[in-house]
Amino acid sequence: MDWATLCVIWFALEGVLLTGYAILDGFDLGIGILHPFAPKTEEERRVAINSIGPLWDGNEVWLVTFGGALFAAFPEAYATVFSGFYSAFMLLLFALIFRAVSMEFRSKVASPRWQRFWDWSFFGGSALATLLFGVAVGNAILGIPLDHRGDFTGTLLDQLGPYPVLVGAMTVALFAMHGGLFLYLKTEGAFQARLRDWMWRSWGLFLVTYMLTTMYTLVEVPRATANFEHWPLAAAVVIVNVLAVANIPRCLHWGRPGQAFISSCVVIATLTLLFGLALYPNLVTASNDPANSVTIFSAASSPKTLTIMLIIAAVGMPFVLAYTGIIYWAFRGKVRLDEHSY
Amino acid sequence: MDVVLLARLQFALTIAFHYIFPPLTIGMGVVMVFLEARYLATGDRIYEVAARFWTRIFALNFAIGVATGIVMEFQFGTNWAAYSRFVGDVFGSALAAEGIFAFFLESGFLALLVFGWDRISPKMHFFSTCMVALGSIFSSVWIVVANSWQQTPAGHHIVPLLRDGRPLVIDGEPVLRAEIVDFWALVFNPSTVHRLVHVWIGAFILGSFFIMSISAYYLLRRRHVEFARRSLEGALLFATIASLAAVVSGHFQARTVYRYQPAKLAAFEAHYRTGPADLSLIGVPDDAAERIRFNLAIPGGLSFLVHDDFDQPVVGLDRFRPADRPPVLLSFASYHVMIGLGTLFVVVTLLAAFLYWRRRLFETRWLLWVLVFAVAGPVIANELGWVAAEVGRQPWIVHPPVAWTEGGDLVVGPDGVVSYDESLGLRTADAVSPAVEASQVAASIAAFGLIYACLLAVWLYLLDKKIRHGPEPLAAPDAAGREGVVAVAARLQDHSDSLTGSAES
Repeated sequence: MDWATLCVIWFALEGVLLTGYAILDGFDLGIGILHPFAPKTEEERRVAINSIGPLWDGNEVWLVTFGGALFAAFPEAYATVFSGFYSAFMLLLFALIFRAVSMEFRSKVASPRWQRFWDWSFFGGSALATLLFGVAVGNAILGIPLDHRGDFTGTLLDQLGPYPVLVGAMTVALFAMHGGLFLYLKTEGAFQARLRDWMWRSWGLFLVTYMLTTMYTLVEVPRATANFEHWPLAAAVVIVNVLAVANIPRCLHWGRPGQAFISSCVVIATLTLLFGLALYPNLVTASNDPANSVTIFSAASSPKTLTIMLIIAAVGMPFVLAYTGIIYWAFRGKVRLDEHSY
Repeated sequence: MDVVLLARLQFALTIAFHYIFPPLTIGMGVVMVFLEARYLATGDRIYEVAARFWTRIFALNFAIGVATGIVMEFQFGTNWAAYSRFVGDVFGSALAAEGIFAFFLESGFLALLVFGWDRISPKMHFFSTCMVALGSIFSSVWIVVANSWQQTPAGHHIVPLLRDGRPLVIDGEPVLRAEIVDFWALVFNPSTVHRLVHVWIGAFILGSFFIMSISAYYLLRRRHVEFARRSLEGALLFATIASLAAVVSGHFQARTVYRYQPAKLAAFEAHYRTGPADLSLIGVPDDAAERIRFNLAIPGGLSFLVHDDFDQPVVGLDRFRPADRPPVLLSFASYHVMIGLGTLFVVVTLLAAFLYWRRRLFETRWLLWVLVFAVAGPVIANELGWVAAEVGRQPWIVHPPVAWTEGGDLVVGPDGVVSYDESLGLRTADAVSPAVEASQVAASIAAFGLIYACLLAVWLYLLDKKIRHGPEPLAAPDAAGREGVVAVAARLQDHSDSLTGSAES
């Protein structure tokens, strides 16, 4: 296989890993965002946490593998992004650490004060991580100043413009809705009825931020839609995306939460695809000088490494999908609290 | 302070904290496989009780290991961008393989291991335990491969980085990077196997000392006596074998170090002048005087270890430019304390094994007290082993090769010192991220320090709570007669227990 094809394949596979991460960790981050609002009693809070207890760790591995694959396939982009967004990544790490240990620590001491502390840490970690993911996507679409070597030359404030923050807000609303839909499927009774209201609220919030982001992108970020001129078929992605967004309230109204959750997965997948279409062929766009942009071709590893990794992925991914299937099957159905629960 | 020193401090802090947990999970994983296998084979419920108890502790350790492990993966890019660009092509495959083969395996089956006791059959549960243990061992393979490549690079070549088909030139110099040539030569580079074996042995020692510590505590407090005896027996067997194996493995490793990184071994032993070398047991290196103060040494000992001959010369630090020497004091101290601790493990485990054979171990209270606190030893020894490995590699982050003549002499330049080919290695000072400022790193170090201190405190608190709570009493119908009605009632009342055993409100 020639090198340029390998580069494109790995760009697509990075997209698959990112989509997998956003769909899977998206719902457990969303449950964290809803945590202080939707559950009202201690039992409901435990149900919420235990709905993702066995799943969140595996979901987060998609992020770890995305990062590892970026390092391996596009080392130049990995180095530019991770060092350029230094402070944002440090905040993300702290958020992910707090989120992870909150779930584990919370149930270990039967004191309300202890539990409240870890509840808020669970919420804070989830909301901050989601916001930062959105901000990163916004910055990637806009571009950041880079020097000739590909090193970031701006300041932290350059990364907190109105557009990245808007994309961040949209991501928080999107994941809250996604998490609410997932939790609805795992609960019963009064808690489930209350979640219904939260699904409507988060859908409404998402709709507002989604429309604002779309308008801002069309008007202010011409680069994001430039690729549509090369591939008119890409418009189909937009249509699917809009239909999926519209299908969620329809399914909620007709009482089909399973379909609504699938629609929400489609919304996330198509948004990630649109993000990839906006970037291609860049991985990191230089806002100061297009010649300094890190493209998939200037960032890629050697054809030998890309081929070895393709073999590793071809051997490994069926196993990964098999385990994921086994785990989700073993923990299917409504949440039941037992002596092993958090 | 400069950004290189700060970035190194941050890496040292975050890896040192993270590395408490992986060896614990690797070591405990093997013991849990053993206990569940015994349960399936014998049907003896005490093994199930033991497996359930250690799984709860394992889950707590694993959670912190995962949370602090993501930091390590991100940190290559955030703090060491220049290094990531240089090694990405060779290092990346190993890291990607780790993600796909190891992390998914561990995290997936961990869910079944921890939450699945009553949802899946005992056989499926045993399978999950095996997969988690296998996953943790897999992840150690790939990370040790990557680190060994930095020590003894192989299977690659150094080529200019191309941009649109032409070499990228910055300030008149072409930008270089390492690219893979032979995947298996890279995986099995000269130091991989020795180092991997040593890392596993270190993990088994820590895992078994950890279990011995908690078991000895129960025996001293006369609680859960049967459970504690079985756990202690199994762990003592592992600990004795592993402690003896560590000595042998360490010896082989020292020879590989000498062959590929002679400056590192010279720093470990504070061997300043080339010539027949003593093996220092205790001492304080003095760089200014180029000798060891308060030295207690075996004459010719180092020559014997390296060459099997007490009189053969060993290459000293004088064959290296001052700028190419590792820091001697830290290398010497970490290496010697690790070896001293390793010797103590052999003494303690052999003594305990002897007393066990004479059927006096469980009554020898002073030795049980020693075992309770001895778990600190393997934690420190594992950490110091890595300090020695990484500090001894300095000033390089990727060590360039050295050449030897047919007669076994180090090839040196006309000035009598080794002249490394700078293009074949990478200096630590050149490896940091140009886009990151010292103030940013200082701030993140402060934040990591605070967060990790809290995590450590909470971890120790919860560990203590779980140990005080202890394993669930035996309460199977067939055991009820033996255990008595009280134990069954206690178990029924305990039904609100959480995953790791403390009561829920």
